Amino acid sequence: MTEAPSYLSPTGQEIVFLLLGAVAVGSALLVVTTRQLVHAALWLVVCFGALAGGYLVLTAEFVAWVQVLIYVGAIVVLLLFGIMLTRAPIGRAADLDSRNRPAAAVVATATAVVLVTVVIDGFRTAYIPLEPGGGSAKELGSSVFRNWVLPFEALSVLLLAALIGAIVLSRTDIRGR
Amino acid sequence: MHVVYPAVVSALLFSIGVYGVLARRNTILVLMSVELMLNAVNLNLVTFDMWLRDRLHSGQVLTLFVIVIAAAEVGLGLAIILALYRNRQTVDLDRLRALAEPAAPADTGGQSGATGVTGETAPRPITNDGDLPQGRTSQASRTSQASLISRPSAGSADVVTGPVRPGIVTGPANRTVDTS
Repeated sequence: MTEAPSYLSPTGQEIVFLLLGAVAVGSALLVVTTRQLVHAALWLVVCFGALAGGYLVLTAEFVAWVQVLIYVGAIVVLLLFGIMLTRAPIGRAADLDSRNRPAAAVVATATAVVLVTVVIDGFRTAYIPLEPGGGSAKELGSSVFRNWVLPFEALSVLLLAALIGAIVLSRTDIRGR
Repeated sequence: MHVVYPAVVSALLFSIGVYGVLARRNTILVLMSVELMLNAVNLNLVTFDMWLRDRLHSGQVLTLFVIVIAAAEVGLGLAIILALYRNRQTVDLDRLRALAEPAAPADTGGQSGATGVTGETAPRPITNDGDLPQGRTSQASRTSQASLISRPSAGSADVVTGPVRPGIVTGPANRTVDTS
């Protein structure tokens, strides 16, 4: 929008965001490479927390708190329940990686290279002049309940259907045909 | 803030998620990698919402919707994984090959049964019946077929000794396991 300042003089916000991004990417790498299943879930907490900090730096406060509440509070706990209920090995497990790991590394590296080059090439001059208030709960709430009411209600019905489906799938006394 | 920084972080997170989905064997780890990819998308949505100064706040509202959908997805996915674990006693993606083709057309019966139902002993291959007399083999096959048709839910691995294809038997036997 405005003219972009130089990359060589980063602001404080950019430094904080880059540190949080490094934490997020590093813990995500540990999620996909660790040998212990429970540690993967805990590194996922670190990754989501760093991303929530990144949302805060981007002045999206409400999204940051929702991220902490739902991802860290609900989804990771659900994943830990899944790990425990499938009697996964606690401690080191040697066979968490599939045989096609080199192919996966090649595909992921190619994806990263293509995406990063395209993104850098496309948005080199784009700049966000950050100012607070754009992502507060008041702004977002009025936007949701003025412009996005129908998707919001449809999504609540979808969530209800998914939870009922989860209950039906996990009960053992409901027989199929 | 430059748009490049969050965009690059999100691209890297997405590729890490791709790697995790492709390289991991445990189903729960694959779900975690899917969550990483969804978070990369969320970061992009928030960034471009801030960049474009959207008056409807579409990016942030869509981020909230994606978070809700991810919660629903994890709930359903874990229910499916638990049902799978109850039936097959494994969540290992490399061993869940019930939908794959049999390895070779030469060994039809035993190979498909062994790959289809993991955790059970492989049914006896057809070639074991070659050393029985011919009439007895056909009679045994007829009785086993009859018992299988009359009581399909009681079909277990030791009922079938004749040249019945083991792929037929593993269906009711497996269903008996999961309802118990």
